[in-house]
Amino acid sequence: MPKDSGIGASPKRREDVRFLTGRGQYTDDININGQLYVHFLRSDMAHATINGIDTSEAEGMPGVVRVFTGADFEGVGSIPCGWQVTDRHGEPMQEPAHPVLAQGKVRHVGDPIAAVVAETYAQARDAAEALVPDLEELPAVIDMKDAVKDGTTKVHDDLTSNLCYDWGFVEENRDAVAKAMDEAAHVTTLELVNNRLVANPMEPRVAVGDYNPGTDDHTLYTTSQNPHVIRLLMGAFVLGIPEHKLRVVAPDVGGGFGTKIFHYAEEAFVTFAAKQIGRPVKWTASRSEAFMSDAHGRDHVTKIELALDAENNFTAIRTETYANMGAYLSTFAPSVPTWLHGTLMAGNYKTPLIYVNVKAVFTNTVPVDAYRGAGRPEATFQLERVIDKAARELGVDPLALRRQNFITEFPYATPVAVEYDTGDYEATLSKLEEIADISGFEARRRESEAKGKWRGLGMNCYIEACGIAPSALVGQLGARAGLYESATVRVNATGGLSVMTGSHSHGQGHETSFAQVVADMIGIDDGMVEIVHGDTSKVPMGMGTYGSRSLAVGGSAIVRATEKIIAKAKKIAAHLMEASEGDIELKDGQFTVAGTDKSVAWGDVTLAAYVPHNYPLEEIEPGLEETAFYDPANFTYPSGAYACEVEVDPETGHVTIERFAAADDFGNVVNPMIVEGQVHGGLAQGIGQALLENCSYDEDGQLISASYMDYAMPRADDVPMFDVDHSCQTPCTHNPLGVKGCGEAGAIGSPPAVVNAVIDALQSGGKNVMHIDMPLSPNRVWAAMQGA
Amino acid sequence: MSHVSMKVNGKEVGGEVEGRTLLVDFLREDLKMTGTHVGCDTSQCGACVVHVDGKAVKACTIFALEAEGAEVTTIEGMANADGSLGVVQAAFQEHHGLQCGFCTPGMVMAGAALLKENPKPSEAEIRQYLEGNICRCTGYHNIVKAIMAASGQDVEPPAVAAE
Repeated sequence: MPKDSGIGASPKRREDVRFLTGRGQYTDDININGQLYVHFLRSDMAHATINGIDTSEAEGMPGVVRVFTGADFEGVGSIPCGWQVTDRHGEPMQEPAHPVLAQGKVRHVGDPIAAVVAETYAQARDAAEALVPDLEELPAVIDMKDAVKDGTTKVHDDLTSNLCYDWGFVEENRDAVAKAMDEAAHVTTLELVNNRLVANPMEPRVAVGDYNPGTDDHTLYTTSQNPHVIRLLMGAFVLGIPEHKLRVVAPDVGGGFGTKIFHYAEEAFVTFAAKQIGRPVKWTASRSEAFMSDAHGRDHVTKIELALDAENNFTAIRTETYANMGAYLSTFAPSVPTWLHGTLMAGNYKTPLIYVNVKAVFTNTVPVDAYRGAGRPEATFQLERVIDKAARELGVDPLALRRQNFITEFPYATPVAVEYDTGDYEATLSKLEEIADISGFEARRRESEAKGKWRGLGMNCYIEACGIAPSALVGQLGARAGLYESATVRVNATGGLSVMTGSHSHGQGHETSFAQVVADMIGIDDGMVEIVHGDTSKVPMGMGTYGSRSLAVGGSAIVRATEKIIAKAKKIAAHLMEASEGDIELKDGQFTVAGTDKSVAWGDVTLAAYVPHNYPLEEIEPGLEETAFYDPANFTYPSGAYACEVEVDPETGHVTIERFAAADDFGNVVNPMIVEGQVHGGLAQGIGQALLENCSYDEDGQLISASYMDYAMPRADDVPMFDVDHSCQTPCTHNPLGVKGCGEAGAIGSPPAVVNAVIDALQSGGKNVMHIDMPLSPNRVWAAMQGA
Repeated sequence: MSHVSMKVNGKEVGGEVEGRTLLVDFLREDLKMTGTHVGCDTSQCGACVVHVDGKAVKACTIFALEAEGAEVTTIEGMANADGSLGVVQAAFQEHHGLQCGFCTPGMVMAGAALLKENPKPSEAEIRQYLEGNICRCTGYHNIVKAIMAASGQDVEPPAVAAE
């Protein structure tokens, strides 16, 4: 019988009611008495010297309160980077300054030059048009391989070149990998592009700064996935505000997908300006601004080589990747092509030798950082595409080639420094074959052929690493932060609970699923548990939500804090029942003495904690509130197998997704409905990357895909109904819930399935096409068909 | 500045607006009805869909003054008289047709308008009708299901784990 509450149930989401009735409170819905509005003048050139800015006309315009330029931020800190990568020679990466408003030079289209603060938005916008910047255009550095050639214009004059770092992993394996390549029976080589994307949460970024001169308290309301991280980065590194004087609130946030992890200049601006002016200052990004100021994602150019022996066993993998950093280092940018990418290059396979080389490059483009999956989609795409290509070259079944090389014993230490705790790749692949009805494919192919369409089937596996940890390890890898999570469980006198979590929900439904976990542990109704998040004044220092970490890390912290609550509550119950603490059992919200009919209810114990008349005061303190910080022992490793069926129109090259199936192993599942929703969303984003989305710059550095007119977001009629399954479950062995994380899987596993399917369709149509770079637009597919 | 008056969710409202003030800005900034959202600046995303005289309209595509005398319905006006969720809203909750909730007001308003025109739409008809509404979270799967369910057609219930 299905459960209707607690772990494993799919209760309706409690947050939905406010979202469905227009009562959500997103940052742009916050209006503070006396607030002003800021509009940023952004560079329309990719690279230029700022000779000066004439602000006089703008300053005299109606409603204008103040105009800021880069000069106003001298003495203010640089927007910091949170991860320092060490290159293959042991040297730290090159790290440029990133001013809040451009100083001396602009380095990408969208770089903010000046800011007009006015009484209304319209007045701020009007006045910004009257600003006259004197910009002297410089050559723009756009192509990554050109960027690192000798004599190329530098994005940052004070750096030695446009190379941020040249990373080798594992550097000690380099020669052995080269030898294995030389000795291989077969080497398959593939050069590919992982296209630049824009995350595009539907809520554009917003920031509201407020300052109380009476108490010297600063408040920033912002669209963030991790308000504490913003408080630390902005307070300590940019504005010099101690954390106890800076509150950061991220209320309802309309999607993140990575791009709302990072600390942005606009957040520092409104906080700074609110104090300078003495009135609240609000900024709301337009979508056009979002395209040229939100950190972008992906943008790797890679050559991968897969070596096989005569029996088709994988013997070595070697990759060389150019990774675009853009013009400045966004908060976690350096970690994405390195530790979130290189460590995943083993995939689901027992390849003994792997060497990953990554050259991170500065260009005159918007900074690039983590986007749903962050490094892991790039790794999966390379690996699962090169395996399909190898199978085609060798004339073997691509699934048989994968199965033959599967890791089958766990724990498994990969040659790229991580240890998978659990997994069962055969189980998810077999499940996939079932739910995708692979045996019926040939019949469907014939039906498509009868309609004049070429049908293709693409499959692949994936592995993900979630909940990046432990802190001691990531510190060695260059993280300038810990990667634990916090939780405070506050039990109220009448038995209800407030759970303060450092995780942040911006679509994931934590208010529902986290409550299920706590209610399940105590045996009470979910409705007695309230989840509080997104406010540094309410929640202990937390690291926020990204990398599919919320339940695995944040949920574990909640479990630990709830365990402390239960332990103390048992002591109180033992006292009330005059029994030994060791004999107390908690079930369905009742404390009982084992082997007797004595019991007290949850509410009796919580009341006693706060009205301690009959209470063991000599042993324990009154009250029932506990905090836990959980620092995981390892990553978690979800995995799975995906299948995509496409039809290609031989006349136009247009691709349609006819079927898509996903079999995932997320370990234990708390709320199946939410998990499936996460997979659906990830699949649409991965399909979007594979077929539609492309963030495009011209050679002068103009961003030519800066609106929904030009950047093709997946729409309802671009995707099919999805067949998803998460019944294969190998629980994580090192966290208390046995959960692995499900947020990014769909976006990681789906692009290679789509591309593999299109290649299969073209091959079935007699076109010997081995690869097309994403997005597989009709134009690209048609062009590939013509040359084959 | 000009005076504009209209009926929003059955209530007479008015205000002084500039000629360039969009209906969505009048709703959000003047009336402080923040349920209607703005997700783009090219009339592509559909987060701002409201009903104007019964028709689905992107509130960023018309000026407030163009709605003079009109009957406007927003997401705040979609619940039943007793405050419970309306049919389309309830179906979105039941079938997990929303995640972050930002596109949701526009999706609900578009879905409701579709069902007025076409009470039993097919999956393909729903997908085609929603072409002007972008959701980044759900992959549309559960939005399509929710609208099907709201139209009284059979759909599978949300996934649950066996005990």
